[in-house]
Amino acid sequence: MSAPEVIPASDKPCETFVLNVGPQHPATHGVLRLKLTMDGEYIMRAEPVCGYIHRMHEKMGENRTWAQFLPNTGRIDYLAAMAYNHAYVAAVERAAKIAVPPRAEYIRVITTELNRISSHLVWFGAFLLDLGGFTPLLYAFDDREQILDMLEAVTGSRLTYCYYRFGGVCNDVDADFIRGCRDFVARLRPRLKMYRTLVTDNIILRKRLEGIGFISQEMCRKYGATGPVIRGSGVAYDVRKIEPYSVYREFDFDIPTFPEGDCMARYLVRMEEMAQSLRIIEQAVDKLPDGPVLSSGVPRVLKPPAGDYCFAVEAARGRFLVRIVSDNKEIPYRVRLRTPCFSNLSLFEEATAGMMLPDALAVLGSLDLVIPDIDR
Amino acid sequence: MKKYLKEIGGGFYSLMLGMRVTLAQFFKPTVTVHYPHESLKMTPRFRGHIELVRDPKTGQAMCFACKVCEKACPSDCIIVEGVKKEGEKRKSVTEFKLDFTKCSLCGSCVEACKSNAIQFSKAYNMVSMNKEDFIMNLFQKLESERSADGQATATPPPEQPKSEVP
Repeated sequence: MSAPEVIPASDKPCETFVLNVGPQHPATHGVLRLKLTMDGEYIMRAEPVCGYIHRMHEKMGENRTWAQFLPNTGRIDYLAAMAYNHAYVAAVERAAKIAVPPRAEYIRVITTELNRISSHLVWFGAFLLDLGGFTPLLYAFDDREQILDMLEAVTGSRLTYCYYRFGGVCNDVDADFIRGCRDFVARLRPRLKMYRTLVTDNIILRKRLEGIGFISQEMCRKYGATGPVIRGSGVAYDVRKIEPYSVYREFDFDIPTFPEGDCMARYLVRMEEMAQSLRIIEQAVDKLPDGPVLSSGVPRVLKPPAGDYCFAVEAARGRFLVRIVSDNKEIPYRVRLRTPCFSNLSLFEEATAGMMLPDALAVLGSLDLVIPDIDR
Repeated sequence: MKKYLKEIGGGFYSLMLGMRVTLAQFFKPTVTVHYPHESLKMTPRFRGHIELVRDPKTGQAMCFACKVCEKACPSDCIIVEGVKKEGEKRKSVTEFKLDFTKCSLCGSCVEACKSNAIQFSKAYNMVSMNKEDFIMNLFQKLESERSADGQATATPPPEQPKSEVP
């Protein structure tokens, strides 16, 4: 055994160490592990390690019937389960050529948008918690509770709704829900203004977020980042506008974009999206048609014709795509899930190179990651 | 220098506005429910664990062990057995087990049931230190309810899953 080569400390180009963040860490909101190669306070390389809660949702899709896979989709992103259910249900409807009654489509839009707001409120609270502000979380959860109560009254569950069915929704909404929606829209508008005064205009937050964590449009395109991340870089990419699904074509809403590409831009995109979702809910509630909520022509044993079908929706965190391959059997041949958080996380390494550690955690929070969505 | 002072002034003003919001909140009523002392009422559509429904006329279980719920369940957590008694048109249930540790509360079973023989329970604060308490024998529970009502059968009361407020 030869003696180890001794290098004088002064001759070393730089001395790095590895800092392990997670898998159990308050700033990662789940079991995400970050291996940070640090040079003092600065990050040389940030390597996300995922797979700690991999649950094989795609494989599970291959050994249960079409309807039995539906509860799984709500558990991929538990904060925006409606949009995920919507994508899967709509993909199967496209495959089996099931028409959805207009009332059901409107109910789907209302519930998905409510769910989007509740998801953004959780992000708002948790993101500010990461940055060291505890109070906004309590305000956000107060508002979120209103949404969850309304959705619980309609769907019977508070997070994993499993409310949509092939050909519609399982329960009709009642007058209470419609009134609740109107009240909520009237309630949240002044609250959003209040959030602006309390948080957005706050000098400490602005100093903490402005100019931090720049993500360019090229980087978004390279890694396939979608949702508020790409809109925070100035690209108006929203599946609801680019390839309108359901009845989104009938509503008047804007896609908020901010060209700065920093954490503040992503923050502002989400805050503005909540206001836009309120607009959609308001219009949808006014236009809500009467009629059945579940198509009567859905066979009890569903066997979609053989083929390859895709459906993409704009979930709270970006583009969620379901690709199903059917071979005309009771169980799917393949269910492929393209989740937004995986792509959004993949740019983390490039975006945080040379950054200070607290700033990197701000970037991590601004990406709004849901870990089951990455691992699925 | 002027810009610097302006920033300090503006920043201080933004903090003051934020403090005003916090102060206004101080005089508003609390929004939380003090849980162990008071609890919320569950909505009619609340999806708890399932339970068997009794026929109001006979007091027997409505279930006739058609096993549709067993097939509809994505997590294989329901076991139903039934026998056909002599002189009766259809089967009657003899065993209905729910493995609540596996249940994902999706509600597929209740939706699949054509005879409305199962319903959602409104129990939501179920606590136990034993895994076995969540493997529920729903048929035995129903039978013990029947005997408690004094309507025949002398089945011994089984162990109930503990449902208690912590």
